[in-house]
Amino acid sequence: MFQTLGIADFDALFEAIPDELRSDELDIPEGLSEMEVMQHVRKLASKNSTDLVNFCGAGFYDHYIPAAVDALSSRGEFYTAYTPYQPEASQGTLQAAFEYQTAICRLTDMEVANASLFDGGTALIEGIMMALRQTRRNKVLVDTGVNPIYREMLRCYTRNISIDYEEVQISNNGLADRAAYADVLNDSVGAVVLQNPNFFGCLDNLTELIDSIHEVKALAIMSVYPMALSHVETPGAMGADIVTGEGQSLGLPLNFGGPYLGFMATKKKYVRKMPGRIVGETEDGQGRRGYVLTLQAREQHIRREKATSNICSNVQLCALRAIIYLSLVGREGFLDVGHQCMDRANYAWHKLMAIEGIEPAFNRRFFNEFAIRLPKDASEVVSTLVDQGIAAGFPASRYYDGMENILLLAFTEKRTKEEIDIMVTKLESALKA
Amino acid sequence: MKLIYEKSSPGRSGVQMSSIKISPTEEIPSKYLRSESAELPEVSEVEVVRHFTALSRLNFSIDTHFYPLGSCTMKYNPKVCEAAANLPALTDVHPLWPQLRGGGLLTQGSLGLLYKTERLLSKVTGFDEFTLQPMAGAHGELTGVMMMAAYHKDRGNQKDHIIIPDSAHGTNPASAKIGGYDVVTIPSDENGRMDFELFKAALNEKTAGVMLTSPNTLGVFNPRIKEICDAVHEVDGLMYYDGANFNAIMGRYRPGDMGFDICHLNLHKSFATPHGGGGPASGPVGVVERLRPFLPISRVVKTSDGIYTLNYDEPKSIGYIAPFYGNFGIIARAYAYILSLGRDGMLGTSNRAVLNANYLQEKLRPLFKEEYKGRCMHEFVFSGKNLPSGIHTLDLAKGMIDRNIHPPTIYFPLNIPEAIMIEPTESEGRETLDHFVEVMEELVELARTDPRKLQEAPVTTPVGRLDEVKAMRDMRLSYT
Repeated sequence: MFQTLGIADFDALFEAIPDELRSDELDIPEGLSEMEVMQHVRKLASKNSTDLVNFCGAGFYDHYIPAAVDALSSRGEFYTAYTPYQPEASQGTLQAAFEYQTAICRLTDMEVANASLFDGGTALIEGIMMALRQTRRNKVLVDTGVNPIYREMLRCYTRNISIDYEEVQISNNGLADRAAYADVLNDSVGAVVLQNPNFFGCLDNLTELIDSIHEVKALAIMSVYPMALSHVETPGAMGADIVTGEGQSLGLPLNFGGPYLGFMATKKKYVRKMPGRIVGETEDGQGRRGYVLTLQAREQHIRREKATSNICSNVQLCALRAIIYLSLVGREGFLDVGHQCMDRANYAWHKLMAIEGIEPAFNRRFFNEFAIRLPKDASEVVSTLVDQGIAAGFPASRYYDGMENILLLAFTEKRTKEEIDIMVTKLESALKA
Repeated sequence: MKLIYEKSSPGRSGVQMSSIKISPTEEIPSKYLRSESAELPEVSEVEVVRHFTALSRLNFSIDTHFYPLGSCTMKYNPKVCEAAANLPALTDVHPLWPQLRGGGLLTQGSLGLLYKTERLLSKVTGFDEFTLQPMAGAHGELTGVMMMAAYHKDRGNQKDHIIIPDSAHGTNPASAKIGGYDVVTIPSDENGRMDFELFKAALNEKTAGVMLTSPNTLGVFNPRIKEICDAVHEVDGLMYYDGANFNAIMGRYRPGDMGFDICHLNLHKSFATPHGGGGPASGPVGVVERLRPFLPISRVVKTSDGIYTLNYDEPKSIGYIAPFYGNFGIIARAYAYILSLGRDGMLGTSNRAVLNANYLQEKLRPLFKEEYKGRCMHEFVFSGKNLPSGIHTLDLAKGMIDRNIHPPTIYFPLNIPEAIMIEPTESEGRETLDHFVEVMEELVELARTDPRKLQEAPVTTPVGRLDEVKAMRDMRLSYT
């Protein structure tokens, strides 16, 4: 190949670049063999505790992943392909994305969904930007029942991109405060963000609140936990305009925070303002059905600085895992998983309420997660139980002032009666200590 | 092929889920519940397996095809990186554990992996500090622009625009705009570089910074980079390095040494993490020392006794741009890749990538009108405008599909008519490159002798050319 190019060495390929730019030899170790790489990473990974029994959720849940999800999603034909710019050579990816969009529509009861966004938090900020484009207003109200991890992100983005951001405190029962909204809803508000079940696990029916949001011609954005949609009233039925959420619980491992799956759905009339890739059905010259990326006139590679978003990719592999997961558990199985989550949470609720000094923090209705008030600092109690191999939940004081004694516990189908019994016993002893 | 929903049969189920009950059923009032269960597929496990296996076989991919998609760096993804990233000790860790008091000690492996990756990326790029949080290249760009804004605000600078050459990816102007800046576009000169005189004319006290891809999307390296950096620093602007094409220079040049202040890398490109049909990605951002205070929180830090912890106390930080620490699973793949390459492997990679591109360019030169003379870096652009009349770049691309090659990037960059952008990457051997040349020769010949054949391509795929106008008009975006 050197001969073809008439050169003697690699350096000749770079001779147009001034020598002074050449850097010294990199100060990193020499390459390792494949076996050494595995040994190194295995050793590093072993410094994680992996036998911890987990009751910590807070928006990110430890669900069972059927074996076929890994087997199918790791096929190289899916894994090592890229964005389906050549649809005839990418029908696998495109059809799977179309099936995924359909599943998201059916879970949320919405008309259209995109092919995914980075994660639940970035999906929410994209949802806000979309709503403000639609309403041509610049103010968003965000309920404090929305995951505080996302609210930290929203504060960062809205500050940096000059969106007027205001929070509305939840009421003492843990639900969206209707009276507070009545005071602040007016025609300067472009979007209101709600979450159901909210961060404290509280279930609500937001239909009337959403009606009042529509009265001032603002859009209602709802962030949801897709597993709860097995049973919980849908955002579509409650009148939400934009639905976003974290799809991690649909067949993705916790993986220390990512990659995750941001999903977004909306009403058909808003589709041209929706960011992200969208797959649509069409046909070829012979009338055969096929799928393509569509409505691309919204996107940055065409519109550049006028695009609806700067995002140019989705998380197709994660969306693929979600549609495989939903297909494997199926209509009935998805209900079963939801039942299992509620069953474990109910059991734990009764056991915990029987302990002297523990009280419900908020409203009784929950799906798989709830908040309790301890007679002492929740962070200290959690710390004690961490030492005993149990992640006993998430202390709310990490993000909420004045909630030092509030502990948030999550339950999935993976938690057994024995594990819950042990956790409850140890929690009780920690309270006495 | 039928949709999974069309294979549904009422009552059928796939994987058996548990039916153990440990508490009496609680009635939740119906106003909180959905009236009907979601219409998910009702199929058996084997039907699901066959369905998605069959779908996968409709795809071209790196594991099955040559995939010289310019600007996307479709290199082979070593399987050892998958194996390493999929260790349950890494995948089963909840991201909130280190935020529980005492919980950081439970995740020393994962925090250590992040910390070590940051240090390695710093050394490879010449920047002082890295954040791994951005979840894609475009997310990294936005993070970088937000840090630029925070820097200028902190300095009391009044800035209103960012300068970007016309050959840039569309994400650059989109990120700059969302970050609150106007975009000033500079045309390319006859050598494919940002026009230096026009750039100088556009630069002023209001310039927040310049976003450059180097080598740029035409595969051209700008040798006046130092002059550009100096001029921008003169007005207290910041130089942003878009690392989309870092594969061309890694191990040989470091953007930090050239005078850049901020950079993002696409781990899914240069660092061999799979593209997954369009993500997940990872777009870490590196900065020079004076921008360190503005990095997103949390930061992974190492204490004097060797323990890794998270630091949230950075008052000048732009804040939280991701829920946690970035796409950990992708970062773990890149970490394994860097370990296996090592310092010599890094240089070997860019050497081979640039050699392969130049070899292909040389061999294909007689067939096409070449846009810019001289050597290329890791990719190059031809124009299809001299193809016989009636034949377009698109036809050539579809003809390649019939010959089992994934087409290069076409119609990008936008400033080249009928562009064909080819990036072979270092993964390919000479045999594959020579075969590609033969196919291209055959297709160009076919364009002369039997153009209709090309216009009808592809014919070997499950569907022929699809009607994109119909897709837009009908807007069938889900199965009903």
